[in-house]
Amino acid sequence: MTAAAKSPAKSPAKSSAKTLATYAVIAGAGLLGPLVLPAFTTQFAFLWVMVTFALTWDVLGGQMGYNSFGNVVYFGIGMYVCAVVQVAPFTDLAEYNSAYGTQDIGLTSLQYYAGLGAGCLVAALVAVVVAFVLGSGILGLRGHYFAICTLGLGIAAGEIAAGIDIIGAGSGMVTPLYPGEIGTRNRFFYYLCFALAVVTFLALRRLYAGRFGLAINAIRDDEDKAEAMGLHTTRYKTIAWCIAAFFLAISGGLVGNIVGFIDPTDVAFAGATFGVWMVLMAILGGKGTMWGPVLGAAIFHVTQELFWIYLLGWQRVALGVLIVLIVVFFPQGIIGWLRERYPHRFGRRIEAASGEAEEPAQ
Amino acid sequence: MSNLQLLFDAPVLLVQLIADGILVGSIFALAAYGMALVWGVMNVINIAQGEFVMIGGYVTYTLYSLGVHPLLGVPAAAIVLFVLGWAIYRLVIFRVVDRDLFVSLLATFGLSILIQQLLNQIFTSDVQSADSGLDTLFLFDGMVTVPHIKVVAFVLTLAIAGCLVVFLKSSRLGQAIRATAQNARAARILGIDTDRVYAATYALNAALCGAAGALVVMTWVIQPFQGLAYTVRSFMIVVVAGLGNLPGVIVSAFGLGAAENLAGFILGAEFQIAFVFGLLVVVLLVRSHRLKRQRRYLK
Repeated sequence: MTAAAKSPAKSPAKSSAKTLATYAVIAGAGLLGPLVLPAFTTQFAFLWVMVTFALTWDVLGGQMGYNSFGNVVYFGIGMYVCAVVQVAPFTDLAEYNSAYGTQDIGLTSLQYYAGLGAGCLVAALVAVVVAFVLGSGILGLRGHYFAICTLGLGIAAGEIAAGIDIIGAGSGMVTPLYPGEIGTRNRFFYYLCFALAVVTFLALRRLYAGRFGLAINAIRDDEDKAEAMGLHTTRYKTIAWCIAAFFLAISGGLVGNIVGFIDPTDVAFAGATFGVWMVLMAILGGKGTMWGPVLGAAIFHVTQELFWIYLLGWQRVALGVLIVLIVVFFPQGIIGWLRERYPHRFGRRIEAASGEAEEPAQ
Repeated sequence: MSNLQLLFDAPVLLVQLIADGILVGSIFALAAYGMALVWGVMNVINIAQGEFVMIGGYVTYTLYSLGVHPLLGVPAAAIVLFVLGWAIYRLVIFRVVDRDLFVSLLATFGLSILIQQLLNQIFTSDVQSADSGLDTLFLFDGMVTVPHIKVVAFVLTLAIAGCLVVFLKSSRLGQAIRATAQNARAARILGIDTDRVYAATYALNAALCGAAGALVVMTWVIQPFQGLAYTVRSFMIVVVAGLGNLPGVIVSAFGLGAAENLAGFILGAEFQIAFVFGLLVVVLLVRSHRLKRQRRYLK
């Protein structure tokens, strides 16, 4: 673990070899995971979804300093739009939903894959448009006003979705059946989720390396100064939100198909689970860092699965405790902490360290 | 939308809806005032506000199921929440008071998740309410009905607000709270134990929420996951009224109550919560737009 912290100081050749090795290990694990442990394929798929969650939350929350509690909106939008695009061309949507999933539309393989692809694409586009419209308004708000506004947004979206009859209202919507056996289906979606997480990571890394990354970091450090220097801050903020929305919507489309059933408040606009986890994972790993969200998502997902197994019923309470503990005692996250290379353990002396942790995190 | 037509045909319904809204709004005012207090004095936005309201409701509900009259739940809930608020301050909040705003925001957010899940675990996610056993007042030949309990809630709210003003103006602790709100550092130099003041403020806020929750369980229903709506309502009311403006808080709470009731009637009850959250977005946008215009005119 200390090696990761030291790597920036080492010679570029050595560190790039190390990075390559890291990538190779992760790619290998990602590609072989479901083949070695086929029973856990869905859990592995969710691991990559979590990575996508944490990475996209970190665009605003970490790199730009805008805490958003409402990113789950784009996840939900993506899920619904994707499902609608998959179903609507082949049958009457209202009728399909009023049958509560008992109507089998019997898609052929071609129809299914084409529908899924088109669904994810349309979902991403719709989410980007929504993010653009919402963002140009809401992102003019600063600090805590923005945070609480997004908190309201997430809940409102769920409530509204639960009131619209054509997408199944409160009783939810069923996604089309996969034309194949269950094992193939799980593996198929696993690789899609894996690919999405990888693409998200690479795309964000590319973006952070350029002008865009500098701009949003400038907004985080001092928005007024950034504006005075001639940055169109609201434009950059909106673009950042659109990017997050794009990847989140695709993950929403995939998760909708993995779960198979879209409940407006428990699956799609699940503020109390996915919405909270996004924030928690990014902070746990170290917000404002590239690897922090990935690490945070991995650790969180494993912990969460253990919670689910060993704490029957109390897992969500334990999660609440975890959030408070992490935010209060460990706000700089694992990577942030490693960067500072303080050998002390969690607790007492964090007070002095946390102030400095904000700056070097990039 | 057909209900809108109904409203024009029978204007007396409008009276009913608005009266009801104002009476319910008085309960929002309590929680909102607590939020304004904590925000103004400690510069912490307490997202766990609504969860305190729910705890207050569950305290009253528990007493009620043990056979105690729910009106006695108001002081009981206030006392329980006062102690709980003090404990939460000592455990969590004091660590985040001086840190940057995001930390305190996230910490109280975590608290709210924790309390939600605890309540859900203990009381299940069923909707609960307590019957106060009071009569209903009929006006306009029974066209307008006003349950007595709502009037009681209204009067109680005003009484508590009045007590608060007197407390903040004239008691020693109240003065210390106001001094800390103005300038914490100067207050510390003058010998005020600001840590204790913060603890008292936070506990007082929790007590106000507890009282509000006791009234909610009698007039409406409670459910572990409904807390967030109260947080958002409080926040909205404080934003509209401005910090440190008690009459403004009460008036905008009445306004919110009435608007929400009307919207719930016109759009359908399933959209009432969505309306509250939608209104929050609108309020914040209007506020930011106004600030922007002010900036343009000033410079």
